[in-house]
Amino acid sequence: MGRTLSQKVWDSRVVRRAEGEPDLLYVDLHLVHEVTSPQAFDGLRLAGRRVRRPDLTLATADHNTPTVDIDKPIADAVSARQLSALEENCREFGVRCYPLGHALQGIVHVIGPQLGLTQPGMVIVCGDSHTSTHGAFGAVAFGIGTSEVEHVLATQTIAQARPGTMAVTVEGELARGVTAKDVILGVIERIGISGGTGTIVEYRGAAIRRLSMEGRMTVCNMSIEAGARAGMIAPDDVTFAYLEGRPHAPTGAAWERALDGWRSLATDEGAAFDREVRVDARQLRPYVTWGTNPAQSSTIDGVVPDPESFGDPARQETAARALRYQDLLPGTPIRDIAVDAVFIGSCTNARIEDLRAAAAVIDGRRVRDGLRALVVPGSAQVKAEAEREGLDALFRRAGFEWRAAGCSMCLGMNPDVLGPGQRCASTSNRNFEGRQGPGGRTHLVSPVVAAATAIAGHFATPEDL
Amino acid sequence: MPLDRRDVDTDQIIPASWLKRVERTGFGAGLFESWRRDPAFVLNDPRYAGAAILLAGPNFGCGSSREHAVWALQEHGFRAIVAESFADIFRMNCARVGMVTAQLPGNAVSRLMRAVEADYTLSVVIDVGDRTVSAAGETHAFPLDDFTRMRLLEGLDDIGLTLRHARDISRYEATRAAHLPRIGGA
Repeated sequence: MGRTLSQKVWDSRVVRRAEGEPDLLYVDLHLVHEVTSPQAFDGLRLAGRRVRRPDLTLATADHNTPTVDIDKPIADAVSARQLSALEENCREFGVRCYPLGHALQGIVHVIGPQLGLTQPGMVIVCGDSHTSTHGAFGAVAFGIGTSEVEHVLATQTIAQARPGTMAVTVEGELARGVTAKDVILGVIERIGISGGTGTIVEYRGAAIRRLSMEGRMTVCNMSIEAGARAGMIAPDDVTFAYLEGRPHAPTGAAWERALDGWRSLATDEGAAFDREVRVDARQLRPYVTWGTNPAQSSTIDGVVPDPESFGDPARQETAARALRYQDLLPGTPIRDIAVDAVFIGSCTNARIEDLRAAAAVIDGRRVRDGLRALVVPGSAQVKAEAEREGLDALFRRAGFEWRAAGCSMCLGMNPDVLGPGQRCASTSNRNFEGRQGPGGRTHLVSPVVAAATAIAGHFATPEDL
Repeated sequence: MPLDRRDVDTDQIIPASWLKRVERTGFGAGLFESWRRDPAFVLNDPRYAGAAILLAGPNFGCGSSREHAVWALQEHGFRAIVAESFADIFRMNCARVGMVTAQLPGNAVSRLMRAVEADYTLSVVIDVGDRTVSAAGETHAFPLDDFTRMRLLEGLDDIGLTLRHARDISRYEATRAAHLPRIGGA
């Protein structure tokens, strides 16, 4: 009886296992940001504790940072205080920090992989639920709360019961125009927002193997939207090619040794998962969410569903409530829904390939009159790379605003928010009520659908233009 | 207090605009900030003022890992939540700060909700020692592992507990592969 990928990584990081207690896991990389850490550092101070391994801890400012005028003082005093608290805490406790304005600053889940810090077989945690992103490299990576952040800072370990295992196999070939974002939206639509609760999901199958590293990160990123503790993909040559040469990747003989270990990180033949789900890639189309949770989606060719069409009365009520909030009528073709704003950004879809794909769609076209369109690169490095390629000029010419890196309108913490009633096509990960600003209405889409929608003014694919 | 909605996400429990605070306190006023603008929302119902137990629909606490959601609930006075299921991170966050999450079968939660709606004075008792929820003549057991139960009952410091195993941590640390990445420090 073999073991799954997640079990192998998990077992390799167990510091202590005792009957009736959760496993004590060693943490190889702890990513820290300004929003979920200040109370944790306060806790350390109160107890007279230090950060056990500053060399395995990296901080950056992303959630609460402005994306315009980043060289000027921050207008919101409460936000300014939180950002300066991060820098002061990192200085006091000896933690490396990439603050706003630093060349390596960016969304925490974009910079880890970019720097080569995210590697196969590691345990990675961060006070953010989208830590699941790093699982794309074959790491066990999951989000934690502030008390656990403090625990990891103090002990470099975390006490966790071993989760269950789930396999999501996407076989076959994706149709043209169907992206990694559509794969994960399609999976969530099938298994539901709590379909992965209590498990680590391993994504497998030919369609997953053919995704780039960045596409794999998009898939793993949204594992939490299916309720999963983490998402993982077994490392392969695509992974190794992405890692080789990055600043923190091993080199020389150490690279060869690391590769030997990484190649063993695959689910054993005959290992059993607690649950298996199969998805036929050929059935996936570009998805657009219509509701207020990420499972409430339709293919772009579809219509807003009738809540009555859901069998379970509780789901009927949830759908009806979502349609009221979203101000949508059953039967409306998705393509007929007009939007007020387009947001291209977030840890889900703000890496360089995402920006290139969106840019290719808008090249030479204009954003629909009256529509607000924002591009927020995932990191300062992604921004710099895009600017080297001239993508900033291309977006600007089309009528997009080109912003500095951060989480921005994904969660509406900084000034980038929707107004009440405004409707947004967003490449982010959550369409909860008010997520992008009180009263705002979010529809999750891929970068290419977001770009085409910005041009058309209503939901569209590049082929529709 | 009965909150008969499924999939209540942490963005509803405490919206992002509240997360700018660097303190652990001051979140109570932000609890369900958007929903409570509706006078009919149950949090505004004076009959349930001061309730210490929240009865909720399945998958309570999904979404963001923000522990601030638990702090907001605690500050409002809740000490326990009863639901058919909880999101993983939310449940962990609750365990870390002494909020009890009692998972009961869906029909039991529904009956409790109906009973509390019919009689707001009904007392619901959660016995962490016995791992039971009792009300209206019914008693239901809920799953609670020994470790979490012990910490809830004794209010122990998790970090202090782990540091009892500091030698295990050091021993493990010494075996880590040399190629694993290290950051230079501040």
